Amino acid sequence: MEVDREDGRSQNQLRPLACSRNILHRAHGSASWSQGDTKVLAAVYGPKAGTKKNENPEKACIEVIWKPKTGQIGKPEKEYEMILKRTLESICILTVNPNTTTSIIVQVVNDDGALLPSAINAACMALVDAGIPMKHLAVAICCCVAKSGYVILDPTKLEEQKMKAFAYLVFPNSVRSVLPEGSLRVEGEPIENGIITSVTHGIMSVADYFYCLERGRAASVKLSDFLRRNLQQQSTDSSRAG
Amino acid sequence: MGLPNANGDLSTEVEVDAFRRLFPLHFYEKHLLESISPDARPLGRARETTIALGAVASANGSALAKIGSTTMLAAIKMKVMTPSLETPDEGCIVIDFHMPPICSPIVRPGGPAEAAPVVAKQLSDTILSSGMINLKELSLVSGKAAWMAYLDIYCLDADGALFDTALLSAVAAFSHLEIPVVSLNDDGKIVLSEEQGLSDREPVNKEKRKINLSSVPFSLTCVLHKNYILADPTAEEESIMDTILTVVLDSSSQLVSLHKPGGTVLAYTSAIQVS
Repeated sequence: MEVDREDGRSQNQLRPLACSRNILHRAHGSASWSQGDTKVLAAVYGPKAGTKKNENPEKACIEVIWKPKTGQIGKPEKEYEMILKRTLESICILTVNPNTTTSIIVQVVNDDGALLPSAINAACMALVDAGIPMKHLAVAICCCVAKSGYVILDPTKLEEQKMKAFAYLVFPNSVRSVLPEGSLRVEGEPIENGIITSVTHGIMSVADYFYCLERGRAASVKLSDFLRRNLQQQSTDSSRAG
Repeated sequence: MGLPNANGDLSTEVEVDAFRRLFPLHFYEKHLLESISPDARPLGRARETTIALGAVASANGSALAKIGSTTMLAAIKMKVMTPSLETPDEGCIVIDFHMPPICSPIVRPGGPAEAAPVVAKQLSDTILSSGMINLKELSLVSGKAAWMAYLDIYCLDADGALFDTALLSAVAAFSHLEIPVVSLNDDGKIVLSEEQGLSDREPVNKEKRKINLSSVPFSLTCVLHKNYILADPTAEEESIMDTILTVVLDSSSQLVSLHKPGGTVLAYTSAIQVS
């Protein structure tokens, strides 16, 4: 079904991606991620000694602070913090540095739709920049279901508001491994077919949701390739002092 | 305390309660192998649920909901306000979720609990986006007066599945809600009319009426551990398992929300099983 989107993209096309690492010099790791006009800055400080009161001291702890572009911190920010925290906890290897806290600060520079996925991607790149051990990377994507039933990826803010429902999905990145095929399977499916996080908003049918998952999965492969190229390129031509 | 046996397993040497505290994950795994949870529920069954309507006499609508030990009290108060210019025919619902320190040893006074604003936002998103309440029903005089419903939910006992219980109590309170009778007085303002016999003021709405609910949302929270899906976890189970998943469906089997913050990778097949 041909769909007219305002900026001329097709249904499955993502906005232009840009990512740069090591932009803040005091932070242990930092990254800026932009998808079209949505831009998010993430900084990582850590690991620092000690965990917070109710956290398990046998594992490393992750703390997320979300700073909106304008206004005070309210409930939506707390919800984003919790989602980011849980997502990042599941991709980091928490047993390597027990009884430490890693702080991730996310600053929204501009919000033009798909804010949470951009923040997750930025935080992931910042963690890589800081050298925090991780099991795999996370790629996040936003899918929308419109009233007439078609699904589009990576909406702008105007498109998001017009949509019936949208879903933020986070997948592990695609694996290009040297190990034999069978070793990386979860319940008989390759590990990259699972979802780490899913947050939906609005009513959609179950079939629509699974369709979103498939589309999101396909797009995440493209995103993973972009991440891989970006990381390889920056690691060969950057020279860090110290 | 005895020494661990050849498998490094203290389970035969230690009392059940101590083993539960020291090695919670092993304790649960032993139960999951038998497809049962420690409180003798089969894996897919939720805890006993009770709802009591009209728990707060002074509120316009209220309900007390319990799932197992998790208890939530929801109450709705209606106030008249002027609607906004963009939506002159619609009323408004304000949802607030409180977790006072009575509910759990983790919550201390002097700052809201970590879970409270998250559940509050999830709840307001779910209720408003599920289309259960038609906001146009809350309108009185178009452009001049409309109802604002303040829904407050207090958690009295937090024992897992907070979102499920909160949603249940909110829906029950809305079903119990009776919109009070109001009339227009001489200054053109809406006042509550107490007696039926006043003939000099024409009541704006004739009688107390109930609000219509369409497509009521239902939710279920599950925890995932390796290959097992455990429905309706208690607080203990929620804290040791790393993956919690909440699915909200409405009465026409449409998916209202699937909330899975982080946790281990979930394969497609498991997602189908849950829904």
